[in-house]
Amino acid sequence: MPTLAPLDLDGHCMAAAFLGDVPYFALADGSLHWLDHGHKTTQLHDGLLCIAAELQGDSFVSGGEDGRIVRFHNDGSAETLAENPGKWINCIASGPQSSIAYGVGRSSFVRTSDGTIVEFAEERTVEGLAFAPKGMRIAAARYNGVSLHWPAARAAALDLEWKGAHAQVTFSPDGNYVVSVMQENALHGWRLKDGKHMRMTGYPAKVRSISWSAKGKWLASSGAPAAIVWPFTGKEGPMGKAPLELGTRGDTMVTSVACHPSDDVVAIGYADGMIIAARFNDQKEGLLRRGGKGAISTMNWNKRGMQLAFGAQTGECGIIDLAG
Amino acid sequence: MNEATNPIPVTVLTGYLGAGKTTLLNRILSESHGKRYAVIVNEFGEIGIDNDLIVESDEEIYEMNNGCVCCTVRGDLVRVVEGLMRRPGRFDAIVIETTGLADPAPVAQTFFMDEDVRRKTRLDAVVAVVDAKHLPLRLADSREAEDQIAFADVILLNKTDLVDEESLLKIETTIRSINPSARIHRTERARIELDKVLDRGAFDLQRALDNDPHFLDHDHPDHACTPDCDHDHGHDHGHDHGHDHHSHDHKDEHGHHHPVADIHDTSVQSISLRAGPLVPDRFFPWIQKTTQMEGPNILRLKGIIAFDDDEERYVVQGIHMIVEGDHQRPWKPDEKRESRIVFIGRDLDPERLKRTFEACQAK
Repeated sequence: MPTLAPLDLDGHCMAAAFLGDVPYFALADGSLHWLDHGHKTTQLHDGLLCIAAELQGDSFVSGGEDGRIVRFHNDGSAETLAENPGKWINCIASGPQSSIAYGVGRSSFVRTSDGTIVEFAEERTVEGLAFAPKGMRIAAARYNGVSLHWPAARAAALDLEWKGAHAQVTFSPDGNYVVSVMQENALHGWRLKDGKHMRMTGYPAKVRSISWSAKGKWLASSGAPAAIVWPFTGKEGPMGKAPLELGTRGDTMVTSVACHPSDDVVAIGYADGMIIAARFNDQKEGLLRRGGKGAISTMNWNKRGMQLAFGAQTGECGIIDLAG
Repeated sequence: MNEATNPIPVTVLTGYLGAGKTTLLNRILSESHGKRYAVIVNEFGEIGIDNDLIVESDEEIYEMNNGCVCCTVRGDLVRVVEGLMRRPGRFDAIVIETTGLADPAPVAQTFFMDEDVRRKTRLDAVVAVVDAKHLPLRLADSREAEDQIAFADVILLNKTDLVDEESLLKIETTIRSINPSARIHRTERARIELDKVLDRGAFDLQRALDNDPHFLDHDHPDHACTPDCDHDHGHDHGHDHGHDHHSHDHKDEHGHHHPVADIHDTSVQSISLRAGPLVPDRFFPWIQKTTQMEGPNILRLKGIIAFDDDEERYVVQGIHMIVEGDHQRPWKPDEKRESRIVFIGRDLDPERLKRTFEACQAK
């Protein structure tokens, strides 16, 4: 039986994630909490807007209402990487070799490990950023599409156009697709080799949370009373195929999804605080948390896939241990 | 922390640079004792803003992907309001100061069209600050100045000390010809009791038209104004004069009872319509069709509808194509069961609106 270790905090949890075996919880007020032989805490920002775990697995980078970009190391230290006084840092992404990308107004910035910062001007506000799985390439989501940049090559941007507001962006793990989360109730995808469009619509609410499955064969999403899981297996991606609907409930919406790091299983968090795990092949479900006071806003597995860290909009956080 | 039951009120300040928006904003911030505000600004004007929580946002208009040109929201506000609402404990209300050239419609529509913003906030009122001295010039050379007046629930006619009484009356008549349902207050240095600009509930169907018990009466010959008449179109003298002006200098172009201003530069018109009790099966298709077809031309609409055999007043309001309506309260015994509606917009056909509205009446 899974066991649950709760951690009740005061404020909207923006991210619950592991660095190594230690779970961290970042709140909207800018405080960071972690459980490592007791409850530890530090203040990253006056107001956190975005945070991402770095690929090496021992640090976070974050952006705040204070205009600062901060790197937090798992030894408890933090350093300011850049400052943009008076500006909100809307989005951040971590890339290869400790490079990061962040959005400030109508610009994307890429900072490499040597401290060099390259700016890419966009026509519209940058709402979401992602690094490609291979090579130094970023995608910036903005109104009417996604811009792709190659920070090292200084080549011209490649614009993927689709009318409407795009709020988040992600590359498929094989690098063949770019998918954006739209402000309307939809995802939009592009096949990179030919720019072919993939419309993923039909959600009754905004999609807030997306997660690629272990081998990148599936993309799970929130925004419906079930986790909507799109197949990316064939050459056509999800086109012409129905998505899986996992963990369907009649009375509440899915607000957060997190695919398991090795198995075809997704953790599904709901607006009423319930969390379940559902398997793709037989749709079998297991209850992980009965419910709580508020909507689940974030979930992440540890590397081995035995523990799930979660956080809610109301500050209820915790760790679910599958081993019990 | 209960976002669902306590939506945060939002006040939108519009007006040209230099009209006195920031002065009004600073009054709100300094005189609302104990109330904390989050302020969203777009341009830092010549006057500083004295507040802990100020967010700068780049005005950014998003068209919704539904093919409708007037279905626009402000993407920056969606983002900023969402961010602010993740830490709701630090403010009691939001004030948005728009740029002088801002179109107020997308600002207001953000609070109706975006589901998350709508759930957590409520648009309280759009307040326009206009400069008594420069307004005629602004109206002559910009569409935005007119839109801001057309869109407002409350209008501060500011800098009244810089012009004479006759000019003020003229300006008030012009404002009223653009927007007959807004409340006009004459001010100097934006000095005003804050309860006249805050917590107005102008978009709250249960409250909106009750704030103005004589909704549209000021263009009605049956209504004799008295000093305690709650119209607030300025000071009493302005008010009375406004009506006199209307009766002796009235060019009744469309056969409606709205005063027409001396300044003919305005392209926004208001069309006030009255009818007896209506049949719901005629009215609802009519309002839907009208707003579908004329949506881009309609800036605001407001109405109190009497339905045949219905003991309750029905109120409607709209912005472009968005229309909301609800039963408000029972008719009072002494109230005339009459349907009144006002359209504020451009290129509207008054005759057709009148004819089709009247066709909704119970025979």
